[in-house]
Formats: sequence, C-alpha cells, structure tokens
Amino acid sequence: MNLEIAHYYLLVSAIIFTIGVLGVLLRRSAIIILMSIELMLNAVNLAFVTFSRINHSLDGQIFVFFIMTVAAAEAVVGLAIVIAIFRKKVSTDVDEINLMKW
Amino acid sequence: MLKFAYLIILFPFIGFLINGLLGRRQIPKRWVGYIACGAVFLSFLLSVWIFVELNGDIGKYEGMPGVRVSEGGRSVEVEAYEWVPSMKVMGGERSLRIGMNLQIDPLSSVMVIVVSLVGFLIHVYSIGYMWEEGGYYRYFAFLNLFMGMMLTLVLAGNFAMMFIGWEGVGLCSYLLIGFFFEKEWCADAGRKAFIVNRIGDFGFMIGLLLIVVVFGTLDISDVMGMIGSGEAGGIEITLIGILLFIGAIGKSAQIPLYVWLPDAMAGPTPVSALIHAATMVTAGVYMVSRCAVLYVHAPAALTIVAVIGGLTAIYAASIGLMQNDIKKVLAYSTVSQLGYMFLGAGVAAFGAAIFHLMTHAFFKALLFLGSGSVIHGRKGEQDIRKMGGLKRHMPVTHVTFLLGALAIAGIPGFSGFFSKEEILFRTYVSNKVLWLVGLAAAGMTAFYMMRLVYLTFYGKARFDEEEQHVHEAPRVMTYPLVILAIFSVIVGYVGIPKVLSPGKDINYFEHYLEPSFEAHEVAAGMGGEKIHEGEDEVSAGVELMLMVVAVIIAIVGIYIAWEMYLKRPGLPGRVAGRFMSLYRLISNKYWVDELYDAVIVQPYYFLCRRSFDFDTWVIDGTVNGVRHLTVGLSHLSSFNDKWVVDGMVNILGYGIKGSSWVFRKVQTGLVQSYATVIILGTFILLSIFLIFI
Repeated sequence: MNLEIAHYYLLVSAIIFTIGVLGVLLRRSAIIILMSIELMLNAVNLAFVTFSRINHSLDGQIFVFFIMTVAAAEAVVGLAIVIAIFRKKVSTDVDEINLMKW
Repeated sequence: MLKFAYLIILFPFIGFLINGLLGRRQIPKRWVGYIACGAVFLSFLLSVWIFVELNGDIGKYEGMPGVRVSEGGRSVEVEAYEWVPSMKVMGGERSLRIGMNLQIDPLSSVMVIVVSLVGFLIHVYSIGYMWEEGGYYRYFAFLNLFMGMMLTLVLAGNFAMMFIGWEGVGLCSYLLIGFFFEKEWCADAGRKAFIVNRIGDFGFMIGLLLIVVVFGTLDISDVMGMIGSGEAGGIEITLIGILLFIGAIGKSAQIPLYVWLPDAMAGPTPVSALIHAATMVTAGVYMVSRCAVLYVHAPAALTIVAVIGGLTAIYAASIGLMQNDIKKVLAYSTVSQLGYMFLGAGVAAFGAAIFHLMTHAFFKALLFLGSGSVIHGRKGEQDIRKMGGLKRHMPVTHVTFLLGALAIAGIPGFSGFFSKEEILFRTYVSNKVLWLVGLAAAGMTAFYMMRLVYLTFYGKARFDEEEQHVHEAPRVMTYPLVILAIFSVIVGYVGIPKVLSPGKDINYFEHYLEPSFEAHEVAAGMGGEKIHEGEDEVSAGVELMLMVVAVIIAIVGIYIAWEMYLKRPGLPGRVAGRFMSLYRLISNKYWVDELYDAVIVQPYYFLCRRSFDFDTWVIDGTVNGVRHLTVGLSHLSSFNDKWVVDGMVNILGYGIKGSSWVFRKVQTGLVQSYATVIILGTFILLSIFLIFI
C-alpha cells in the first residue's frame, strides 16, 4: 500500500472520528452517544490498521483487537448503566442525567 | 506550790469550758451550778494556800527554773511558759520578750483572795437567783470566764497579760450586762458599757506601747525597777501614768467615762455585785496601785488621779441622793466609792486605796446581793418608792443589808469606817481641799444609803401586801449574804490605824502591802520616804479629830435621812419643791447622758449618716459609673466584633460563596459539556504546539 492511498484511509478515519466526536458532544440520547463512541473507536481502529500497513508491522493489528475487546466490554457496561438509569427516569436524555453535578 | 499558781486562773477557765460546751444539754441544771462554784472555790483555796506560802519562807524558791524571787524577798514571779519569744521591736532597736509570768506578792495575793472569795459567794448566790431564768448554763459559763479573766488581771506579772485580763473582764462585763439580750435596753446597756470602756482601753493600750518604747519591756517589776533606780523618768513617765489612768477611768467608771456603770445595772443583780461593784471596776485602782512606783515618780499624773477621784466621789454621791431605783443608787454609790479609792491612790496612799477596795468589795457585794434578794422578793420590782416595810418579810436580808449600809456609811466598828478614815486622813495630809470634798461625799454616802434602807425596809408598805406576797429568799441566797455581812463587819480589823491602838502598831494590812508599793529599789531612791512624807508631822490628835469629824458627818447624814424618810415622809417633797431647779438638775443626773448624746453620739451618728451618704452616692456612684462605662465600652467592642471583625470574615466567606456562582457553572454534570471542554483544551494545546514549535 502506498502513501497516497493511505491518505484517503486516514482521511476517512478522521472524518468518521470527527462525526463520532460531534455525535458525543451534540446528541442528547445516551444510546446515540454510546454509538458515537463506537464510531470514534472504529475510526481509530481504521487509522491503526492503516498505519500497520504502512509500517509493515503487526503491532497496530494487535492494538485493534484489544480495542475491539475493550470496546465491547465498555459498550456492555455503558448500556447497563443506561438501562439502569432508564428504569429510574424513563428517559435516556443526557441533559437530565446530571448526577455528576453532585 | 507557788509554781502552780497559774492553776488559780485555770480552774475557772476549765469551768467555763465545761459549762459552756456541755452545759446546754449534757449537764443537769443542778450540776452546772456545782461545777461553776466548785471551780471558783478551788481557786479560792489555792489563793489562801498561796497567801500562806508567801508569808512563810519563800527563800526556798530561789534558783528554781522559771521562778524569780525579788531581792526584798516578798515577791515571787513564776513563769508558766514563754508567750512571745524575744523579738525585735522598734526597727530592731530593742528586743521584747513576753512571758506568761504571774507576779505573786502581797498585793496580788490579797486581791486574789478577795476576788475569789467574793466571787465564790456570788456564784453560790447566783444558783438561787438565776434558777428561774433562761440561759442558766450560759450565765455560769460567762461568770466563770469572768473569774478567770479577773484573776489573770490580778496575777499578771506583765502588762501584756494584764491587758488580756483587762480586755477579758470587759468582754464578760459586756456579755453579762447584755445577758437578757431579748430586752433591747439590756443589749443597749451592754453595748454602751463596751464602747465607753473601749475609749479608756485605747488610752491604756497607748500607755502600754509607750512603755515598750521607753523601757523595752512589759514586765511590771522590771519597769518599776527601772523607774525606781532612776534609769527612766521625766515627761514620759508622767505621760505613761496619765495614759494608764485613762484606762482606769474607763474600767473604774470615773468622770468622764462613768456613764456606763449605772446603765450596767441592766444585767442580772449578781453580775452587778460581782463585776460592777466588787471586782472588775476596781481593776483600775488595782492597776494604779500596781504601778505605784511609776505614779510616785510622776507627781503630775498622781495629782490628776487624786483630783478625778475626788471629783467623782462627790459627783456620783450627789446623783445617788435622788435615785429611786434600788440598783441605781448602789451603782452611783459604787462610782463614788471608786472615786474614794482613786483619791487614796492619788495621794500616794496605795495601801489605803487597796484596803478600801477590799472592804468595799465585801460590803458592796453584800448590798447588791441584798438588793437582789429584795428584787427577788418583790417579783422584779426595783423602784424603792413602791417598797417599804420589808423588814418583817425578809429578816435576814434586812439585817445583812443594814450591816452593809452601816459599813459603807463609815460607822465606827464596821469595815468601811477603817478604810475610809485611812483615805480621808491621808488626803488631809496632802491636800485640805480634796479632804473637804471627800468629807462631803462621806456625808452624802451616809445619807443616801440610809435613805435606801429606810425606804426599803422600814415604814409602811407602799404596795399591796396582801396581793404581793413577799417572801424571804431561799437559803442558797441568804447564806452568802450572812457570810458577806460577817466579813463586812470584821474585815476592817486587819487595818486598824495607829491612833486607835496606842503603843502597838497593828495595822497589819498596811505593813503587809508595803513591799508591793515600795520596791527595794525605790526605798533606795526617793520613793520610799516620799510615800509617807508628812504623815508623822500630823499629830495623833489631829488624826483622831479627823475621825471624829468624819463620824459626826456620817451620823448627821443618817439623822437627816431618818428625819426625812421615816419621821416626816412629806419633807422630801417640800425640800424638792423649795430647790426645784437643783432637784431637777440632780435627779436628771446633771444631764450628762444627754450632753454626751448631743456632743458625741449624735454628731457621730450624723457623721455616720453622712459617710453612708458619701458611700452611697460618691463611692457607689463611682463604682456604678465605672460599671456603666465598662458596659458601654463592651457594647462598642461587641459592635466592633460583630460588624468589623465578623464582617471581614464574612466578606471572605461571601466572596468565596459568590465566586462559586462563577465556578459552579463549570460543574454542570453534563458529560457532553465536559467533553467539549476537553476537546477545546486539546485544540488549544495543539494550536499552541503547532504555532510555537
């Protein structure tokens, strides 16, 4: 893989990451935010894989596997929290979830 | 045995402690009297023993520890213990040591016997007299305490101890005059006695301090020895003499401090007999005689003694003429007789003064106890205008009282005759004017005493005899009367003047006492001869003539009394009407009490009130002002605290609280805003990184 093509990959990765960031920052639903986090993680995965190809080393690939694993676990925990909150408040609107204030 | 002389003092004190501490409940009433009388009786026995010892060989006491025998060999000083160890006084100039030493010499031995004997008889009499009264045990405790104090005074070998006794008898006098303290006038009388005495005691105290300054010791025989050997003299001696005499004026009720004694009759009658006739009031005479050497070397002081004594003798006698209260008559009579004693002492006839003191103690105690018996029989009535004819109801009291009255009137053969003649004769030798004064007083004495006897025991009863059943006193009261009456008659025979015993000199009393008044040092100096100066110049004929004159005067006084109060009962009223102003003057006691009230008491009260006002307005005002000021200041301070200091602290708090308004906004609790800030921060950091590096 040459560098020109790698640029496009990285560009896509950056775009997806940015979309993820904006999603986290701007959306109201906790579920959407979790999904946006997944987007950012995947964007990073994409970047890792790309750099792994450029540098001819498998380290990036290994990182990707780890990230996927951690992301899955994190999604589980996140969703569990969301469900717990939902049971209490019947909403997933993050503006109403200001528990961290206290 | 002389070593145990202090037991004389101790016995009454023990009696006082037993009765005072246990008498209220633990000891039966009968035993309270026994204990009190027993204590005094033991003292009396000891006194007699000591008297006998003193007349024996006292040489064997030489060299005993704590015993000093005078060189003349007629006086022994026993030191019980050291009271004040040698200490520096007057800025280290001298050292003063005071021992508890008793001086046993002819003078004190006679005094102790008289005091304890009369005291014992009066104690016995009191058992009957006070039986019905409340506070029986208290009475006997005080009486015992008094005896102890009086014996301390008499036996004292130094002025400090004498002062203890001096103040102690004053205290007991106060306690016993005010014995019926529920009655306000009794309490007032006690207070009056105490306060008036305090004036005299103050003089006495200054005198003692002056003695310390001049002589550096308080031991009586040392002081007298120093004076006798001419070591000290001049104006200080005169001043000391006068100051000590001021003390005597207070204690012995002389002009101008006599006013307390008539009021002292508010106390129980035995108290009047013991304290205000026989013992305490004679302490002044005793003290002057004790300091005979001093006074002989201070003629000016001695003259004052004589003049005051003479004046008091006639002045009090004149008041006694018109009193209607049986005890008041006797009280003024006592003041008058004390005047006689001072007259005797004042013309350096100390032996005669003490002789009269002794005889007076017996017959005046007798008269007082007799009056007590009368009051007892008349159920508390003291006004002689409401008596009369008691002779039939109270034979024993009547006879003994009559004997006492004759003794005091100076009828030959009775004790008073000898002692009074002695004083009058000595006075005549040294000063004719004072002799005339004494003579006039003697006439008055005879008159008012017989007036008292006639009004009380003779004539018709001036009260309802049927209704008021008068009875003779019980035996416990009459026996002392009889014993005292016997003594009142015979005690004079120990001092028969030379004139009446030609060829023999049997004035034992005089000779026995001589060593006390003429310390051997004095005999070497000027004192010895001086005391008897001029006596031998007066012939025996003159002395006899003086006696005859005095006896005639006394008989005239008695005759006038008889004429006025028995033969023609209307006469006194007519005489009073004739000399109305004089009568009013005397029957109101010359308005001296009113004068003192106006001149001293009222201004003093005024001063007190003004002082109180000063206290209330000025001192308390200042204090309150300071208080208000402090309160005001504290208000200011609290304002400062509340608003300034707390304000600063609060401003800090509010500032921080206010700033939280700003910073609270950061903590929204919204994850997204946190994330936004993180992102922004990242961008900023990246930008800085990219721009600057």
